[in-house]
Amino acid sequence: MAEITMLEAIREALFEEMERDPAVVTLGEDIGVYGGAFKATEGLLAKFGPERVIDTPISETAIVGAACGMSYLGLRPVAEMQFIDFIACCFNQVTNFVAKSHYRWGAPVPMVLRGPSGGGVHGGPFHSANPEMYFVHTPGLKVIYPSTAYDAKGLLKSAIRDNNPVLFFEHKFLYRRVKEEVPKTDYTVPIGKAVVRREGRNLTILSYAASTLTSLDAAAALAKEGIEAEVIDLRTLLPLDRATILASVKKTNRLLVVHEDTRTGGIAGEIAAIVCEEAFYDLDAPIARVTGLDTPVPYAPTLEAAFLPSVEKVAGAARELAKY
Amino acid sequence: MSAKLTAQQHLELYYFMQLNRQLEERLVRLFRQNRIVGGVYSSLGQEAVSIGTSYALEPRDWLAPMIRNIGALLVKGFKPRDIFTQHMAKYTSPTHGKDGTSHFGDLRTRHVVSPISMLGDLIPVMAGVAMAGRYLGQKIVAMTWIGDGGSSTGAFHEGLNFAATQRAPFVLVLENNQWAYSTPVSRQVPLKNLADRARAYGIESRIVDGNDVVAVYETSKAAVEECRAGRGPILIEVKTMRMKGHAQHDPAEYVPKEMFDYWKAQDPIARYERFLTEHQLWDAAKKSEIDARIERELDEDQKFAEESPMPPPEIVEQGVYCEGCHTIEADWQRPKKEVTPPASSAKAAWLVKDFGGLQAAQTPKPSAPVSGNVRQPAAETVAPAERAAGLETAVPLRVPFGRGPKDKAFVRETEEQAKEARGRKHFHKGGQQHKAPGKAPHGKRGKR
Repeated sequence: MAEITMLEAIREALFEEMERDPAVVTLGEDIGVYGGAFKATEGLLAKFGPERVIDTPISETAIVGAACGMSYLGLRPVAEMQFIDFIACCFNQVTNFVAKSHYRWGAPVPMVLRGPSGGGVHGGPFHSANPEMYFVHTPGLKVIYPSTAYDAKGLLKSAIRDNNPVLFFEHKFLYRRVKEEVPKTDYTVPIGKAVVRREGRNLTILSYAASTLTSLDAAAALAKEGIEAEVIDLRTLLPLDRATILASVKKTNRLLVVHEDTRTGGIAGEIAAIVCEEAFYDLDAPIARVTGLDTPVPYAPTLEAAFLPSVEKVAGAARELAKY
Repeated sequence: MSAKLTAQQHLELYYFMQLNRQLEERLVRLFRQNRIVGGVYSSLGQEAVSIGTSYALEPRDWLAPMIRNIGALLVKGFKPRDIFTQHMAKYTSPTHGKDGTSHFGDLRTRHVVSPISMLGDLIPVMAGVAMAGRYLGQKIVAMTWIGDGGSSTGAFHEGLNFAATQRAPFVLVLENNQWAYSTPVSRQVPLKNLADRARAYGIESRIVDGNDVVAVYETSKAAVEECRAGRGPILIEVKTMRMKGHAQHDPAEYVPKEMFDYWKAQDPIARYERFLTEHQLWDAAKKSEIDARIERELDEDQKFAEESPMPPPEIVEQGVYCEGCHTIEADWQRPKKEVTPPASSAKAAWLVKDFGGLQAAQTPKPSAPVSGNVRQPAAETVAPAERAAGLETAVPLRVPFGRGPKDKAFVRETEEQAKEARGRKHFHKGGQQHKAPGKAPHGKRGKR
C-alpha cells in the first residue's frame, strides 16, 4: 500500500462513492474541467461526465440551493466551496433552508458541503477562515473536520451516505502535508466519534484538524519532560463525542482544549461547559485553552504565526496545567 | 372557453379559486378571534395566479409555493384542513406544529417543496429539483413563484442565472402584485415590465394578466410544455394586485384608494364567473352546487382543525436529524449505466463558441449599443455534431487558463491533440488566436 496525501484520500473517496452510487453528483466552481482550485476533483469530469460533475457560476447560494433541491429527489450531491470562507455568501441557504428542512417539514437533505479551510498557508483574511462554529451552532447540520488522510476518506464516505446535511471541512494546511497508507478497500469512519491519538495520564489535550498535529508535537516534547499528555482528535464537532471527552478527563483530571478557530465562541468554551456540568469534581485544575486570537486571520507570515496555536503555546499551557 | 380545457376543468378552476378565497376568509375570521397563532397572508385578488399556474402542472411535476400560493397547494392535492391546522399550529398539521402557514410540503407523492420566509431561496432549490429530475430521466418541470419585491434578492439572480446556464426545465412565476409590504414596485425595480429581467439571463419570458385565470393557465401550460421539451427556463410575469395588506396586521393605508378601486373591478373570481356564464359553462344551479360543496368541505375541515390538539411538548426535540426515519431512493427513469463509467466518460475540455471578442455582441438583437472595431466572427472551429453534444463540454477546443506546466493532464491532452493534427485553433490569455496545426503550443501556455 502506497502512502497518499489527505487531498488524494479525499479525491479517492469522491471517485469511489461516485462509482458506487450514481445518485452521487458533484457541483461547484471550477471543479470540472479544471479539477478544483486544489485539484480535489481532478479527473472526475473525464470519468463521470458533465451531468454529474457540474461547473457552476460563481454563485454560492445557487450551488447550495441547487444541491438541496437535487437531494429532495434522492440524489446525494457533494457541493464544493472553492474556499470555505465563501460559505458566508450562502449562509442563509445553509442555515435556514438546508438545516431546518427535516425538523420543519420532514424533508431530509442528504448533501455534503465540502471545502478547503484553515490558515497557516498565508491566505489572508478571506482564504484562511475556520467558520465551523457558525454551523456547530445550527441544529440540523453535522460538522466534520478531519486531521488524517485515513479519516478524511472514511469520514467523507460516511458524510455522503448520511441522510443529513454534512459540512466537511478540509484543512488546506494538511492537504499535502499529512500522508499515510490508506486502504483501497471500501471503509468508512463513523461520524460523531472522537479518537485518542496518543495515550497519556497527566492531562488531556482535546483538538481537531491541523491543531491536532500541533498538539501531538507538543505532547512529544512534553513527554521528554516527563509529562504524559493524552491527545484526542475530535474529528466530528457536531454531534460532539461527549463520552470520549469525559472518559479522558475523568482519567487525567486536567483539560486543555486547542483549536485554530478564534477564541470567543470557539468550541473550547462549549467543551469547558460540558466538562463543568458533567465532570467538575474530577478536575484538578482550571480548564485551559490555546486558540486562534480574536482577530481575522492576518496575511503576513509573522502575524499569522502569532495568530495560530503553536507547539510552544500548547506545551506552555500544558506545563502550567501539570503543575496543579 | 379555452380550447385547452374541458368543461369540467373550467369548473374545477372556479372551484379551486373560490375554495382558495373562502378558506382565506375563514382564516381571517379565525385570526380576529385570536385562534391563529401567527399571521395570515392573504392572497385576495391573486387567486387566479396560484390556481392558473399550478393547474398547468402534471402530478409528476414539482412546485414550491410562496406565502400567497395556498391555492397552488390546494391544486396539488392538499386539503383545507392542512392549511387550517398549519395556521392554528395543531399537532395534526403537516408539520405537527413545527412551522406554520404554507410552510410545508410533500416530497413523496405531491412533489411540493416547502418555502422559507427568506425570499428568493426557493429559486436555486427548484433549479436543483429541475436538474435532478432531468438527470434521473423523469421529464418533470419545476415551478415556483416570486414577488416583485423578492425579485430584488441575490438568490433570485443566482438561482435564475444558474438555471439558465443549465437550461433547466424550470418555470419561474414572477407574481407582480404591485407591493412589497409597503414599498411600491417602482421602488423595488426600475423596470416597467419585470419580465424584462429574463433578457439578462438569455431566457424566454411572458407577460400575462394575472386576474384572468384562463390566460394565466394557457400561458403557464405553454411554458411548462416548452420547458419539458428542453427549452427552459421560462420567466412568466403575472400582473396582479395584492388587495390586502402584507398580512392581517397591516391595513395597507399606504395604497392609494383609487388603486384598490381599479383592481377591485378586475377581481379574478367575478371576472371568471362572468366568463363561465357567457360561455354557458354553468348555470345558477351548478354554481350553487359547487359553492355548497366548498362550504361543506370548509366546515368539516375547520371543525377538524379546531378540535385538534396542540403538539405535546415532548416532541420538541424530535426530528432535527433524519435518524433512519427516511429511506432515500431516487426514482430512476433512465438506465443508470448511462451515467456511470464508461458511458459517462467525457473529454474534460471547454467549447468556446466565439472568442469573447466584440463580434460576440453582434447577436441578432444587441442588448446595448456596440461601439469600437467590430470584426467579423471567427470561422467555426467546432463540428456541428460536437457542438450539439452534451452541455458543451467534451469538445476539442480547450482553454488552458490556470493550468501550470506541471499539470500532467494538460500535457497529456495537448500531446494527444498534437497527434491528431487536425488543425484546431487554440485560445490564449491575450485573446489572440493561434493556429496549432501540428504541435501543441507548449511555450505559450497561459500561466496562473
